[in-house]
Amino acid sequence: MTRVFVPKDAAALAVGAEAVARACAAAGAEVVRTGSRGLLWLEPLVEVETPQGRRAYGPVAPADVAAILAGAEHPKALGDIETHPWLAGQTRITFARCGVVDPLVAPDFVGLKRARAIGPAAVIEAVTRSGLRGRGGAGFPAGVKWKTVAETPADIRYVVCNADEGDSGTFADRMLMEGDPFLLIEGMAICAFAVGAAKGFIYSRSEYPHANATMQAALDIARRDDLLGSFDIELRVGAGAYVCGEETALLDSLEGKRGQVRAKPPLPAHRGLFGKPTVINNVLSLATTPWILAHGAQAYADLGTGRSRGTMPIQLAGNVARPGLYEAPFGLTLRQLVEEIGGGTASGRPVRAVQCGGPLGAYFPPSLFDTPYDIEAFAAADGLIGHGGIVVFDDTVDMAAQARFALEFCGIESCGKCTPCRLGSQRGVEVMDRIIAGEAVAANLALVEELCETLKFGSLCALGGFTPYPVMSAIRHFPEDFGSAPKREAAE
Amino acid sequence: MSSYPAWNPDRGRDIVAAHADTDGALLPVLHALQAAFGCVPKEAVPVIAEVLNLTRAEVHGVVSFYHDFSETPPGRRTVRLCRAEACQSMGGAALAEGLLQQLGVDWGGTTTDGEITVEPVYCLGLCGVAPAALVDGEPVGRLDAERLAAAVGAA
Repeated sequence: MTRVFVPKDAAALAVGAEAVARACAAAGAEVVRTGSRGLLWLEPLVEVETPQGRRAYGPVAPADVAAILAGAEHPKALGDIETHPWLAGQTRITFARCGVVDPLVAPDFVGLKRARAIGPAAVIEAVTRSGLRGRGGAGFPAGVKWKTVAETPADIRYVVCNADEGDSGTFADRMLMEGDPFLLIEGMAICAFAVGAAKGFIYSRSEYPHANATMQAALDIARRDDLLGSFDIELRVGAGAYVCGEETALLDSLEGKRGQVRAKPPLPAHRGLFGKPTVINNVLSLATTPWILAHGAQAYADLGTGRSRGTMPIQLAGNVARPGLYEAPFGLTLRQLVEEIGGGTASGRPVRAVQCGGPLGAYFPPSLFDTPYDIEAFAAADGLIGHGGIVVFDDTVDMAAQARFALEFCGIESCGKCTPCRLGSQRGVEVMDRIIAGEAVAANLALVEELCETLKFGSLCALGGFTPYPVMSAIRHFPEDFGSAPKREAAE
Repeated sequence: MSSYPAWNPDRGRDIVAAHADTDGALLPVLHALQAAFGCVPKEAVPVIAEVLNLTRAEVHGVVSFYHDFSETPPGRRTVRLCRAEACQSMGGAALAEGLLQQLGVDWGGTTTDGEITVEPVYCLGLCGVAPAALVDGEPVGRLDAERLAAAVGAA
């Protein structure tokens, strides 16, 4: 019986993978469901096992299945997908198994075994020396956080995985939970061993029903087969609040409260979940630690540039010809990512702007595309890498509308605790509406800038604090889109 | 109108009680109630408060904070259509406007026959196959008006 691999990743399902899997089964093939390889424009991407190895086809429709299984020459044939330039150009560390393996077959926990062999202090030392920084957006050194938690006296410590991936343009956490959930479980177990935590939580999103189902199934297997000893992990699901991706709001939500941001200090590492020392790390941060333990801190630190060490699973999204997940060492330029790897826009029109780092990230014009993908270099360009999302827009985009949306989104998602965010966002939308209507444009733009200063310095967390990034970058780099309504009328 | 059963205080109490020993039980409780009744009705608040030893104000505060929880049940079918940037870049706004107009509803509204509820959502992680939606919990992507109409009509 021919074995075929068909993704069960939500993005693949969204473009018909389920019907393709059914067609394969109906044709008598043995179907293995995997995650996605991340070449999303080729989904549903099907691989057929042959004596020469796996042979890929995509994007596959149910009508293609019979010919593909018969091994005939096929216009959708891609050959060995690992030699495809888009995949061959990557350095897959965190996503090495994603799209390849059956996500619900527990692998050998090589990294965890190594951790147990060298002891907690050496694990923290390795994570520190690897240079791994938080992949959720803040970029805080993971090893420093772990050390702080380990050294804080307590009767119980927690490991919390932030899987509340709310940034538009990001889907790496979702893909990993659907494609390789045991890697995250292993990473959390390594962290728990290092800091002496007895209990772990994964806080995911209600917008991710498929990721949650796979993650829960993997956790059930881990418990059933006693893969984690006394450490236990529980999956919790949020309820549609973007702000719960902020770590302290997430902790309040886990405690059963409104997802409101906490003032810091105290740091979660000192007083976190239920007042206990808590490591809170993003999915990708935790899921990278098994590789670091298995291959050594130096091997990870050897990759990357400047203070951004290792690889980043970059997510190309929106109006881009080749969307998907591209894991590479830090240091590629934005131009390489958008033009060479992403292939420009999906619409075929010129690229006008890319938003990096989610709804709180800056819009970059093509004139800044030589910026290297590096945490510090992006900060120097008044932008942020965030969780690694890049959303491409073509020349039909209205940047005033995008700036207005950023303020509107801040208002919708504000937790309400601090005034600049709660009220500033609303006033910002009103002022932006006046600018768009062409009313006292210069004065109102000055007002928006002042408001953004207040948001930036007066907000309690990144929601209010970073909303100025998309707003001000849109105004600065695309001034022709702001308040040109009267000019347009005059020209006609 | 809804495919969910009406609020039943005994069943509601059982659901809450099943989670009473969980740390930070309130969100799991609200999700379980919403799964059973399609919403968290006002009548549920005092029951939750009593079983979990919270004040009604605390419970109401949490229910009203999260976008997911609703006091009234949705229509028989639910469309969660993404409004975030990646979907915007692929014409999501016009797509949404068309659907709302076609169904004669606003965001969060239900068609007069009680059939379809359209909810806004900010990112489904389907940004590589934008514009995207969840129709009755199943993902659909690379949407245009035709594909969306087919998904909403046929699922």
